[in-house]
Amino acid sequence: MAAPAIDPNAGLDAEPILRVEHLTMRFGGLVAVNDLSFDVARGQITALIGPNGAGKTTVFNCITGFYKPSSGRIVLMSDGALPGPAIDALTDTSMRSRRVGDGGIYLLERMPDSEIAAQARVARTFQNIRLFTGMTVLENLIVAQHNWLNRASGYSLLGLVGAKSFRDAEARAVEIAVAWLDRIGLKGRADDPAGALPYGDQRRLEIVRAMCTGPVLLCLDEPAAGLNPRESAELNELLLSIRDSNGTSLLLIEHDMSVVMEISDHIIVLEYGKKISDGTPEYIKNDPKVIAAYLGVEDEEVDDAAAELDQ
Amino acid sequence: MAEAEAKRVASDERAAFDWLGALRDAGFLGLLTLGLSFPIIAFRTRQDLWQGLVLDPRWELVTVLVAIAFTARFCWLVFGNRLAGGVQSLAERVGSTLSPLKSYTATFRLVGLAWLIAYPFLAVLFAGPGGALKWIDNFGIQILIYVMLGWGLNIVVGLAGLLDLGYVAFYAVGAYSTALLSTYFGFSFWLCLPLAGIFAALWGILLGFPVLRLRGDYLAIVTLAFGEIIRLVLINWVELTNGAAGISGIPRPTFFGLPFNASDEGFAAFFGLQFTPLHRLFFLFYLILLLALLTNWVTIRLRRLPIGRAWEALREDEIACRSLGIDTVTTKLTAFSIGAMFGGIAGAFFAARLGFISPKSFEFMESAVILSIVVLGGMGSQIGVAIAAVVMIGGTEMLRELVWLKAIFGAGFDPTQYRMLLFGMAMVAMMVWRPRGLISKREPSIVLHEKRAIGGELVKEGQG
Repeated sequence: MAAPAIDPNAGLDAEPILRVEHLTMRFGGLVAVNDLSFDVARGQITALIGPNGAGKTTVFNCITGFYKPSSGRIVLMSDGALPGPAIDALTDTSMRSRRVGDGGIYLLERMPDSEIAAQARVARTFQNIRLFTGMTVLENLIVAQHNWLNRASGYSLLGLVGAKSFRDAEARAVEIAVAWLDRIGLKGRADDPAGALPYGDQRRLEIVRAMCTGPVLLCLDEPAAGLNPRESAELNELLLSIRDSNGTSLLLIEHDMSVVMEISDHIIVLEYGKKISDGTPEYIKNDPKVIAAYLGVEDEEVDDAAAELDQ
Repeated sequence: MAEAEAKRVASDERAAFDWLGALRDAGFLGLLTLGLSFPIIAFRTRQDLWQGLVLDPRWELVTVLVAIAFTARFCWLVFGNRLAGGVQSLAERVGSTLSPLKSYTATFRLVGLAWLIAYPFLAVLFAGPGGALKWIDNFGIQILIYVMLGWGLNIVVGLAGLLDLGYVAFYAVGAYSTALLSTYFGFSFWLCLPLAGIFAALWGILLGFPVLRLRGDYLAIVTLAFGEIIRLVLINWVELTNGAAGISGIPRPTFFGLPFNASDEGFAAFFGLQFTPLHRLFFLFYLILLLALLTNWVTIRLRRLPIGRAWEALREDEIACRSLGIDTVTTKLTAFSIGAMFGGIAGAFFAARLGFISPKSFEFMESAVILSIVVLGGMGSQIGVAIAAVVMIGGTEMLRELVWLKAIFGAGFDPTQYRMLLFGMAMVAMMVWRPRGLISKREPSIVLHEKRAIGGELVKEGQG
């Protein structure tokens, strides 16, 4: 098949919010991610796809601090910070982050997980849903707003005496939570335990819970896994609305191609821990390397090989 | 109609009962008992005058035990199903009567509080001034100390889901700081009380740091070791703590400077009352009641604050907490230190109440008792923990009241010896019929439309 005459970066002129450079992750002798570099564009939906075991979730865990990468640099540029010499200057120091203009640059590979979520404002969901099942839907969303609420409660001291400033803050937190619940149509179930929700609702609740932390980058690990077509469509709608009305950049791992191709602005394909393709959905769809990775070799080649064997 | 159906099924079951199988099963258990009792019970060993080993056979005892095992098993197979069903429904009924009690919280709380405040007076009224001593001291004060300890540990185990087997260490820290500060420096009880809480909280943080990364069994082992370390230090640092002999002469708490004694400056003389030791007990009772209620109030308040929700979220899923930017280190440390603080305050009260403490009071058994109060009560449930403390500590004290059983079993019979046996049996019964504790439901900390309790099956126990 001839190389496609499609520009891999058509329409991808947005500046990056996350830049992953030469990321390598080894587990003992196994190299799960090998010298991987890519950008996640600001205000867009970027998908990370690849066959099982390609290292997608490992990349996620490195970005969100659950793993410490063996080598490489992961830079988050929030609120308008741009790539530039400031990042190299920061890398030379032992610091983890620095404010630049209105925004900040964060070297995620140096930060532990909860700091990445709290300071760099990168939120994530999990492949196997991790809701607080014994807490109500509303409580789940309030817990997600822990950091600013805890400050508003004067680290519990103001809250303990029932100060008005804290009660107002809590009312505000409930408002935010209810607004999100309204968006996914779960307001009526706010007082039900999260574990009692149907699977599809739990998936969307987990995404909304991550959004309640006010992230600049939202990482979703297989958000459509186990959803039926109707739920998948609802998920697409939710993700697009998060991108468009909240301005949050999204990075997602997904196997469901109906989700990936429909909503992604940019796709990165991994195989055996290496990037094999990177571009717009249109480009990826027609890239022979991607097709080969997903389907093995092409049908004609199989036929040729069979014919050779017959001789 | 349905009832008739159920009856028919039941009679069918009875008709189809396998008598031979039951006999065989019971016979097998009898043989098993015989095998087990042979090395353990069948011979009593003693030494004769020449230091030789003599074996006295006790075949009658073995025969009786085998007969008991056989009969019990057989009866269980015949009547057991109905009995188990009865107990199950009884347990459920107890549970469901307790649950609505929870929803009438306001009334229930008021009645409970009124009863607690009236308790010492009721004791005097019904048992007379002499008899009331026991009821106020051994039952009232003793139970309330354990209620407070249970509530303190509930923060760590029930809310934050961190299994702490060394909680008694903080109780000891509180008691010893009170004892040492008051005997060495002459600090008053009222100064020692908050200091003991602060010291215990510091020790809580000290313990918290090394165990931050541990979960489950490993956390349990390290906290257990911590409890033992504190006790061993108390025993062996003789210059400071007077070792196993303990510290005596700890000043008793005073009523705003008025001691409870028969002197002219005493409480009784000041208020123009006849001196009686009851005054001190009344005072101690209301003091520990106040401290316990303070623990309860703070816990309930904290549960509805961000930090309390973070504790519960930590119990539910630590990884999800970290992904939401919750600092698990401070969250765990606050749970440890606040739990420890209440343990320390209870310890200060304990030291001042008796005027004497020794390491003997802070053995692992105490930690186990407090933990079982929390587990039996239902992890995270305040009222459940209080009920469990009343049942367990009150029940133990009640055993002392059973001296009349000596008339049946002979003068050598001591009912308190069976405390641990009953304890174990209660535990097994609970694990079978109410594995999540007396009150397993969780109440949400914030409500949008309507408050609904969350079933225990969804609430996690925590892995750490």
